Order: sequence, then C-alpha cells, then structure tokens
Amino acid sequence: MRELALVTGSGRPRRVLVVPALFEEANKLRRFTVETMRRLDAAGIDAVLPDLPGTNESLQPLATQTPEGWRAAMTAAAAHFGATHVLAIRGGALVAPAALPGWLLAPVKGAGVLRQMLRARILARREAGVEETQDALLAEGRAHGLELAGYRLGAGFIAAIGALEAETTDRMTVTPELLQGPGLWLRAEPGESPAQADALAAIVAVGMAWEAAP
Amino acid sequence: MASAPPLSVSSASGCLMSDDTDRQLRSILGDVLGLSADRVAAFDDATGLFGDLPELDSMAVAGLLTEIEDRLDIVIDDDEVDGDLLADFGALRRFVEAKRAG
Repeated sequence: MRELALVTGSGRPRRVLVVPALFEEANKLRRFTVETMRRLDAAGIDAVLPDLPGTNESLQPLATQTPEGWRAAMTAAAAHFGATHVLAIRGGALVAPAALPGWLLAPVKGAGVLRQMLRARILARREAGVEETQDALLAEGRAHGLELAGYRLGAGFIAAIGALEAETTDRMTVTPELLQGPGLWLRAEPGESPAQADALAAIVAVGMAWEAAP
Repeated sequence: MASAPPLSVSSASGCLMSDDTDRQLRSILGDVLGLSADRVAAFDDATGLFGDLPELDSMAVAGLLTEIEDRLDIVIDDDEVDGDLLADFGALRRFVEAKRAG
C-alpha cells in the first residue's frame, strides 16, 4: 500500500523516522513537527514524516485501521527510507517501530488517548442534550466502532488502543520541561514555537553526535 | 507565637493549598489558551470561560480537564462536567478547590 511521506534532506548517514502525534494533536503539532525536521536538516540529519494510513493524504479509510497496522506501516516506512533513529511525538510513541533507538516527545498511554476522546464526545453530546457514559461508549466501540472527536474508528482500533504503552527501551523521553515551554498539544488552537523546535532538534542532534563520538 | 493552636495551622495550610490551586489553574489556562502570564494574571472570578471563549470546544475542554487532573492529582468524573463548572474562572477554581480538599 502506497502512502505519502514528507522528507527533509537525503542521502546522509543519519535519518530520523518521525512518527506523528495522533488525531487532533497531529493537527496542532504538524507545524511544530515540520519545523523540527527543518532544523534537523540544517544540522545534517535527514528526517522522514510518513502519513499514518487512513490520515492526511492516505487513500485508505480510517475506519479499517488498527494500532498494529499503524505500527506495521511505520516499520515498513523505516525500512523503506533506511531510518537509523525514531522521533515519536505524543501518541505516535504507541505505534513507533519496535527496534529503532531514538526519542519520545511527551509520550502518552493509549488509555489516556482514548479517555480524552471519549470525554470530548460525551461533552459535545451533553451540549446537545444527549447523555452518554464512557463504559457504554467503549462497549459499543469494541463491538461496532465509534466516531470520536470527528474520527471514525473501527472496533479493532477501539479494542486495542486502550492497552498500549510506549516502548521506552533505547529511547530518551523528552519532557516539556526539556523544551522549556508548555506543550503545544495543550493549546485549544494550533500554535507554534520556534524555541521549542530549536530545543527538540538540538536534543536529537546532540544525542546523535554523542552516539557517534569515539 | 510558638504555641499557635492547631486550628490556625490547619487554616494556614488551607490558604496555601488554595493559592496553589489558583496559581496552577492560571498556568494551565495560559498553556491551553496560549496566553501570557500577564494576561492570565488579570483573570478574576467573573472572567468567562466556556461560552465566552469560542476556542474552548468540547475537545479543548476535554484536554483542559485532563491537564487539570494530571497536574493537580484529582479525578473529575464526566458527569460533574457541565456549562456551570466552566462558566467562569471563579466557578472552575471553587470546583477544583473542593475536589482537592475532599
């Protein structure tokens, strides 16, 4: 299955696979993510940002995707582009390829991703006068799939996402404190922060230089 | 004042907790709304939130509540959340103070 990827730089020995944040956070962090890639490029590091199947330019439907399928797609992208490292953003850490070393920016648990989306749906429906509960929605979602925050997720996705946690072996967790600013994923509307993109790219570049040092 | 009665000790720590709630809520709202510390410092109890700030849609409110839970170590039940809770800054602060006290 063909998917598009945004690529900065080419042919250099160090290539980072960037696994994007999920759903609404992917939109909020898209600019920050790409700004970080541009800085990596300036530091002599290639970066590849693939679409998760069923999102952005992908031709696949979202409703048939699963977290395992996303991980398989990211693993295939890492092999195709010859990635040497991974930089996973937020929920992207849940679907990062298993074997690559690298960095996780403020990784979240699958349960947290699901809970927040369920809560958003419950609040939106309450405004419309309809009462729903997390338990009932989860049961329905595991059986038939569910529309959450505008995303139509299949039963397989809902059933699997809640138990996922990021693989942290050989990976450094980058906290918002290290970027010296509040996470842009918290913003109600998309924002940007050149300083935070500088900081994240510097952490990756310094980590690679350290690794390469004799 | 070496022999201050226990009552004033406990009320003093209550004030500290309340100050901390106020400070943390302002910080979280600043992070969510993308406002400077000066802007959020100017919030008073009547500063309107949900309904007054169009960017606070259901997804943003869900994110705001999750962040409040994480930073203040409380759990907010979905059925506690309605327009009144987020009507203004004072209502939100009183709700969180009660949660932390209780």
